[in-house]
Amino acid sequence: MHRQGPNTETGGGTQPRKWRPGELDAGFPIVGREDFSDTTFRLDIDHPVMAKAARPGQFVIVVMHDHSERIPLTIADFDRDKGTVTLVVQAVGKSTCEMQQLCHPGVALYGMVGPMGLPSHVSGAKKVICIGGGLGVAPIFPQARAFKEGGAYVIGVVGFRNRDLIFWEDKFRQCCDELIICTDDGSAGIKGLVTKGIEQAIEQHSDIDEVIAIGPPIMMKACAETTRPHGIKTVVSLNPIMVDGTGMCGGCRVKIGDRIMFACVDGPDFDGHDVDFDDLMNRLRRFKEEEHLALAHWKENCRRPGQERS
Amino acid sequence: MPVQAPEARVANFDEVALGFDLDNALVECERCLICPEPACVAGCPVGIDIPGFICKMIDGDHRGAYDIVTEANFLPAICGRVCPQEDQCEGVCPVGDTLKPVAVGRLERWVGDRAIEEGWRKRPYIEPNDFRVGIIGSGPAGMACAADLAKAGCAVTVYEALHAPGGVLRYGIPEFRLPNQVIDEEIGNLIDLGIEIKCNTLVGRLFTIEQMLGEMGYDAVFIGTGAGSPKFMNIPGETLNGVLSANELLTRCNLMVAGRFPDYDTPLHLGRKIAVIGSGNTAMDAMRVSLRLGAEKVHCVYRRTEGESPARVEELHHAQEEGVDFQWLTAPVEILDDGDGNVRAMRCVRMELGEPDESGRRRPVPVEGSEFEFETDMVVYAIGTNANPILGQTSKLKLNKWHYIDTDENLATSMAGVYAGGDIVTGAATVILALGAGRRAARSIKEYLGIRDSDIVYRPERSGHEGALFGIDMAERNFARVHIA
Ligand SMILES: Cc1cc2nc3c(=O)[nH]c(=O)nc-3n(C[C@H](O)[C@H](O)[C@H](O)COP(=O)(O)OP(=O)(O)OC[C@H]3O[C@@H](n4cnc5c(N)ncnc54)[C@H](O)[C@@H]3O)c2cc1C
Ligand SMILES: Cc1cc2nc3c(=O)[nH]c(=O)nc-3n(C[C@H](O)[C@H](O)[C@H](O)COP(=O)(O)OP(=O)(O)OC[C@H]3O[C@@H](n4cnc5c(N)ncnc54)[C@H](O)[C@@H]3O)c2cc1C
Ligand code: SF4
Ligand code: SF4
Ligand code: FES
Repeated sequence: MHRQGPNTETGGGTQPRKWRPGELDAGFPIVGREDFSDTTFRLDIDHPVMAKAARPGQFVIVVMHDHSERIPLTIADFDRDKGTVTLVVQAVGKSTCEMQQLCHPGVALYGMVGPMGLPSHVSGAKKVICIGGGLGVAPIFPQARAFKEGGAYVIGVVGFRNRDLIFWEDKFRQCCDELIICTDDGSAGIKGLVTKGIEQAIEQHSDIDEVIAIGPPIMMKACAETTRPHGIKTVVSLNPIMVDGTGMCGGCRVKIGDRIMFACVDGPDFDGHDVDFDDLMNRLRRFKEEEHLALAHWKENCRRPGQERS
Repeated sequence: MPVQAPEARVANFDEVALGFDLDNALVECERCLICPEPACVAGCPVGIDIPGFICKMIDGDHRGAYDIVTEANFLPAICGRVCPQEDQCEGVCPVGDTLKPVAVGRLERWVGDRAIEEGWRKRPYIEPNDFRVGIIGSGPAGMACAADLAKAGCAVTVYEALHAPGGVLRYGIPEFRLPNQVIDEEIGNLIDLGIEIKCNTLVGRLFTIEQMLGEMGYDAVFIGTGAGSPKFMNIPGETLNGVLSANELLTRCNLMVAGRFPDYDTPLHLGRKIAVIGSGNTAMDAMRVSLRLGAEKVHCVYRRTEGESPARVEELHHAQEEGVDFQWLTAPVEILDDGDGNVRAMRCVRMELGEPDESGRRRPVPVEGSEFEFETDMVVYAIGTNANPILGQTSKLKLNKWHYIDTDENLATSMAGVYAGGDIVTGAATVILALGAGRRAARSIKEYLGIRDSDIVYRPERSGHEGALFGIDMAERNFARVHIA
C-alpha cells in the first residue's frame, strides 16, 4: 500500500535520494468498505474533486502499491457531498485478490487516476433497459440512475449466479421502474441469463428506445445479439486490458466495425452491434499464463517486504 | 567515452555509456577552441554557453561550470545523455571538420552527474509574487516551463496523469540510457525550487483548462502533454495477441518494471522472435529492451534506408552492436495468425527509393513480386505518434489539421492565458526542443503576467558566476527577490 520506498531500484548509486515517486501524493484513502460476497466488495475512496467530476460510464485506474499494476475499475457510484468515489471490485486474479485482502478503511491507495473515458451519453430515450451482469452490476447503477433522473422509464435487468450474491437490490429498486433479477440457478427472480430478462422486457414493452449492457464480454455479446433483430440501439461498455488509460499505449484498442478505437479515450462505451466481441475476448487472453503465475506466486508469498506496515 | 561491452550489456539494464572520468573530461575540454562566435551555442536549442562552461572546467571550477549550464538547461544529466548532439551542438562544431567534434553532450553529462554526486543544490529563497500557474504534463516541456516560472516567483503546480513524473523520460526512455535515479535527482531540483508536482491527475477529465483559469484560480496555464498516441498501420492482423505499440512495451518495462514480473505485477509476455517496425529512437529502445529481457532474435523493419533512420546515431550503432537484425527498405504488409489469435509471422515487401516526397526524402515504393514471410511472435509498432485527443475533446482549444495544439510564435494558444509547447505542438520531436519550448512559453507567460526580469535572471555576463544558483545571480542587486535560505 502507501509506503515509502523507491518505485524502481536502479542499479548502483548509493546516493540518498531526496524525492521518491509517490511521495508527493498523500495517497488516496479508503474510507469505506462492504463485502457483498466472498469475491465482491465495495470500496469508497476519499477524492472530493473526482467525486465532483465523475459522470456515469467513466472509470478510474488504480495502483494499489508501488509494485502493483495499473488496473481499470468502473466508477460504480460517487457522492458529491461526502466527496467519495465508490468502486465495486470482483476478486478474479492477483491484483483484485490482493485488493480484497489489503484494502480496508484506514489504508490509502498508492495511485488512483480518473475519471477516465468518455461519460456515457445519457440520451433523451424515454424507455431504456439497463442490464448488468457479473462485474457489470455495479457500474450499470449510475447509468440507470442518470436515465431515471433524465425522466426515462427504466427497466433494470441484473444477473447473478445465485441469490446469495445479490447486492444493491434496494438501490436498483429506487431508480428502476421495473427490476428483473436473473439467477443462473433460479434461487431468486427468473432462472436464466440476463438475455432472458431482456426478452421478457421486450415482449412486454414494444417501445424500448435503448439498451445499455455492462458485464463480461460474452454477456454483452449475447445482449447485442438479442436486441439486433429488434433493431434496438444497444450500448455496451468494453473492458479491454489497459495500461495508462490516457491514450498513450494503444493496449486497449478494440475493433468497432472496420475501425480501431482506443477504449480508454474513445470509449469505454460503444455501439454493441458494431463491436467485434471475438476480437475483444481473444485480446483479453493475452496474459493468461502470466495471470496464473502471478496469482500462484502471490498465494505462495502473500506478504512481501514492506507490506507489513499497511 | 567508455561503454559497456555489447556482450555484457545485452544481459543487463545498467547504463551503456559509462561517462567520462575527470581526466577524460579535461582532455576533451582541451580540444575545444573556445570559439569567440561559437557555432555550438547557436546549434543548441536552448543556447547553453558551451565555451563558457568548458572554460570553467579547465579552470577547475566544476561548480561554476554547472551554474553556467543550468542557466540554460536545468536537466544537464538528462540532456547530456539523450540529446541528438550530432544534429545540434556537436554537428556544427568546427573541430569536427577534421577530427571528432568536441563531445559537448558528454561533458554536459559529466557536469550534471557531478552535481548529482556532490549534491549541488541549495534551496533558494524566491520571494513569491501573487501569480499562480498550472502546468499540464511533467515531461521536459512542462518541467522547463515550471522551473522558469518558479524562479520568477510564481506558485507553480505541475499536473501529471501517470503516477510518476517525467513524461517520456520516465515511461519511454529505458534505464540503460537514462537511469531513473538521474530523472529523480533532476526533478528533485525542481521540487527544491518550490514546484508542486501532482501525479495521478488527468487534466481534461478531473478538471478542465477552463476550470483551472476559473474556479481554481490559475493566472496562466501551460500545456506540455506530449504527443503520445501511438500510430498503427491498419494492415490485417493488427489486433492479434503479440502486436503492440512501442509505447506499451516501454511503459510496461520502464514505468511498470515488467522485467521483474512477478515481483512487480505488470506482465509483458515477451516474444522470442520480435519484429519492430520503424527505426527511430523509440524503435531502438524497444529493440534493445527486448534483447535485454531475453528475446532470441530482434528484427528491425524499416521502409527506408539506414541513412534516413531518424534515431540518434549512437543508439543505432549500439543496437547494431547488440545484434539487432536490420531489414532496411522493407515494409510490413500483413501480420499472420497462428490459428489461435496470436502472431505467427509477418509478411513484408521490399522497397526501393523513388522520387523525393514533400519532406525531400526519396519516397519508398514497393518492389513488385518481392513479398516474403518471416517468423515472428511479437510485432512492435514504433512508427510515430498522433496527438493525444483528451484536451482537444474537453476544451475549446483550437487545434491544427493534425490535431496538435495550434499556437502562435510565442506559443500562445487560442485561449487567453493558455500556452502550449513540446510534442503536443510540434509532433514528436526531442527532449531539448521540448525543454526549449517550455522555456519560451515561460517567457511568454511572464510577459502576459507582466513579470519583468527574465533577461537579467537567465543571461548574466559570463563573469560573476560565483554566486549564481540555478542560473540566478544572487549578487545581482536588481534581482533582489532571491536570497539563500
Ligand atoms: C474500463 C474497465 C472497467 C472495469 N471495471 C471493473 C469493475 O468495476 N470492477 C471489477 O472488478 N473489474 C473491472 N474491470 C476489470 C478489472 O480491471 C480486471 O478484473 C482486473 O484488471 C483484473 O486484475 P487481476 O490481477 O485481479 O486479474 P488477472 O488475473 O490479471 O486478470 C483477470 C481478468 O482481467 C483482465 N485484465 C487483466 N489485467 C487487466 C487490465 N490491466 N485491464 C483490464 N483488464 C485486465 C484479464 O483479461 C483477465 O481475463 C474493468 C476493466 C475495464 C477495462
Ligand atoms: C521511446 C522514446 C525514446 C526517445 N528518445 C529520445 C532521445 O534519445 N533523445 C531525444 O531528444 N528525444 C527522444 N525522444 C523524444 C522525446 O522524449 C520527446 O520529444 C519529449 O519527451 C517531449 O516532451 P514533452 O514534454 O513535450 O512531452 P512528454 O515527455 O511526452 O510528456 C508529457 C507528459 O504529459 C502527461 N500528460 C498527457 N496528457 C495529460 C493530461 N491530460 N493531464 C495530465 N498529464 C498529461 C503525460 O503522461 C506525460 O507524462 C524519445 C521518445 C520516445 C517515445
Ligand atoms: S542541451 Fe543538447 S544540444 Fe544543447 S549543448 Fe547539451 S547536448 Fe548539446
Ligand atoms: S565546442 Fe566546438 S564550436 Fe563550441 S566553442 Fe568549442 S570548438 Fe567551438
Ligand atoms: S490504456 Fe493505453 S491507450 Fe488506452
